[in-house]
Amino acid sequence: MNVKSLVKLGKGIAGASGLVSVIATAAFAEEITIATVNNSDMIIMQELSSQWEEQTGNSVEWVVLEENVLRQRATTDIATDGGSFDIVTIGAYEAPIWGAQDWLVALDDFDDSYDYEDIFEPVRNGLSANGTLYAVPFYAESSFTFYRTDLFEGAGIEVPSEQMTYDDFAAIAAQLHDPDNGVYGTCQRGKAGWGENMAFVGPLVNAFGGRWFDMDWNPTIDSAEWSAAISYYVDLMNNYGPPGATANGHNENRALFADGKCATWVDATSAAGYIFNPDESSVHDKTGFFQAPKQVTDKGTGWFWAWALAIPKSSQKVDAAKEFLAWSTSKGYVELVGESKGWVAAPPGTRQSTYDNASYIDAAPFAATVLNSILAANPADATRDPVPYTGVQFVAIPEFQGIGNYVGQQVSAALAGQQTVEQTLANSQRFAVREMTKAGYIK
Amino acid sequence: MARSVTTARKTANTIVAGALGLLMFFPVLWIIILSFKTEGDAIKAPLEILFNTGWTTESYGTVQARSNYFKHFSNSLIISLGSTFLGILIAVPAAWAMAFVPAKRTKDVLMWMLSTKMLPPVGVLVPIYLIFRDLGLLDTRTGLVFVLMMINLPIIVWMLYTYFREIPGEILEAARMDGASLREEVIYVLLPMAIPGMASTVLLNIILAWNEAFWTLNLTAAKAAPLTAFIASYSSPEGLFYAKLSAASVMAIAPILIMGWFSQKQLVRGLTFGAVK
Repeated sequence: MNVKSLVKLGKGIAGASGLVSVIATAAFAEEITIATVNNSDMIIMQELSSQWEEQTGNSVEWVVLEENVLRQRATTDIATDGGSFDIVTIGAYEAPIWGAQDWLVALDDFDDSYDYEDIFEPVRNGLSANGTLYAVPFYAESSFTFYRTDLFEGAGIEVPSEQMTYDDFAAIAAQLHDPDNGVYGTCQRGKAGWGENMAFVGPLVNAFGGRWFDMDWNPTIDSAEWSAAISYYVDLMNNYGPPGATANGHNENRALFADGKCATWVDATSAAGYIFNPDESSVHDKTGFFQAPKQVTDKGTGWFWAWALAIPKSSQKVDAAKEFLAWSTSKGYVELVGESKGWVAAPPGTRQSTYDNASYIDAAPFAATVLNSILAANPADATRDPVPYTGVQFVAIPEFQGIGNYVGQQVSAALAGQQTVEQTLANSQRFAVREMTKAGYIK
Repeated sequence: MARSVTTARKTANTIVAGALGLLMFFPVLWIIILSFKTEGDAIKAPLEILFNTGWTTESYGTVQARSNYFKHFSNSLIISLGSTFLGILIAVPAAWAMAFVPAKRTKDVLMWMLSTKMLPPVGVLVPIYLIFRDLGLLDTRTGLVFVLMMINLPIIVWMLYTYFREIPGEILEAARMDGASLREEVIYVLLPMAIPGMASTVLLNIILAWNEAFWTLNLTAAKAAPLTAFIASYSSPEGLFYAKLSAASVMAIAPILIMGWFSQKQLVRGLTFGAVK
């Protein structure tokens, strides 16, 4: 055999082995389908997932849906064992319920480099059922008060060093309310829904000493505490809120605040990244923040929420899905986002290492307050009186979604002046009693 | 004698008709306007949006960069054309039989077919989902073609039945006397006469299938998702996506709007077929 033939043979072998390796990669490469919501953190994850695809040879198909559609779609698929999705995005409300129903794959077996202890304990607890972690977080949030530093200074209002009461908060809103100059004293959610107006009203009721259910699961919506809280909310919004507040949810209020129309706003800590972004907000350099107010108690005054990723039991590609989750919710991923998209865009509220990172702290002036709010939110002890449930702004039972939506509609109707607070609470109580009886909680 | 219509009355009619037309078209017009605004501008007060903000195509660029429009478009096209074609294939013989050789219970059968449209789709979601899962039809275009054909079939049969009833049976009898087979009778005699009705049935069903959102959202994931899923991906209670949602909506409705615009004569003629005889 001459040299030329040898070279040819060598090339042939190299080519063949290359082909074999391509075929082998293709044979073992998996395509996972992820159902997710459309928010800025997930958009970043979609963009960066190509790096994971390159590293592993696997590929990702994204199905992006509106949050309520996603819930319904994922529920149908999981309950029927459809197997359409390998990973679903769920919130702190669904994770413990779905986990307890054995719909999700346990996620407590990632290797040591994942460092579970680095994830904040309230976040881990909020995504667990019976001590098992069923979803891994990609961001977590609490609520706090955004305020306009320039308006506070102009009116001579001192920024509180300790948690203020809702009465003090209303007095500040009254002082800063100046609709003639396009500034409203306060902007709060008014759009009906358990994840919209009830996200603000829930912690407000907690602050006024109220609770959804007593220890025997009897609804307590017609209590004096609820009455005081809802009356306060309706008066506050009617006197010092923007017109048409019943149409305003998180998005609308965020836009109003960013446009300089609101003096105060109690809402998600995750909105801070937007409000402090000079490209998006006209008040990025004149916004401050302090804790959400308290009233008769300081328990449960800031909500707790996390968006997390979970693997349905119906998935046929659990290993690849776990590999993706271990990458996308790792410390390394937070660093990747910080370095490629800017540290202010790094997923907040999930890992201690993010808050130990000087680059993040420099880029996000709100970081320490956000962290304190998240650590202070305790879903297991969020009310003045004892309760049989967990959750700050929601009750972690499947029936809550329907009850929360109904009460949200009633509160919205009260805000619109279509009915009195008494009628609102009576209707809500009646509905809650009926639903809880139907579900077998009360006889 | 034709009734004389005064100019004032004509003007009033024109104004009222124009106002009604604008009222009906306004939501679409507003979506088109918002799609050419930035996210920040899109949430301002309506008058401010119209007169105090600039115009941009950035939302279209972002939507195209973030989503695969053409994949969704081709899925929509295949699903709507496929389901309509399959529906027509089944409905023509059914409507022929009901129109020209009615049985004692034909009217009842027609009413029963229509009654299936009154059932809330969510009521049969789980059984259909389970059947699709077992047949491996979840997230497939074949599955959607089949299910959309099924839900639109009553409308297709009813429309064709109505058009066929307008055609005198004697013409078909004459064809039969001349030795035409049943197949020839339908293809060479009946269908050419029913072309306006057929055209409007086809157009209407393409529109219905194109716009169908319940089944297309519930039975698809990543592969067979049509334009309805493409729009749904820009709806979010957290984060500002109004301009992008509007741009996605415009991109989704544009093909069907253009098709409707060019075929409106056929559509109107078909829908009023028989009324002016």
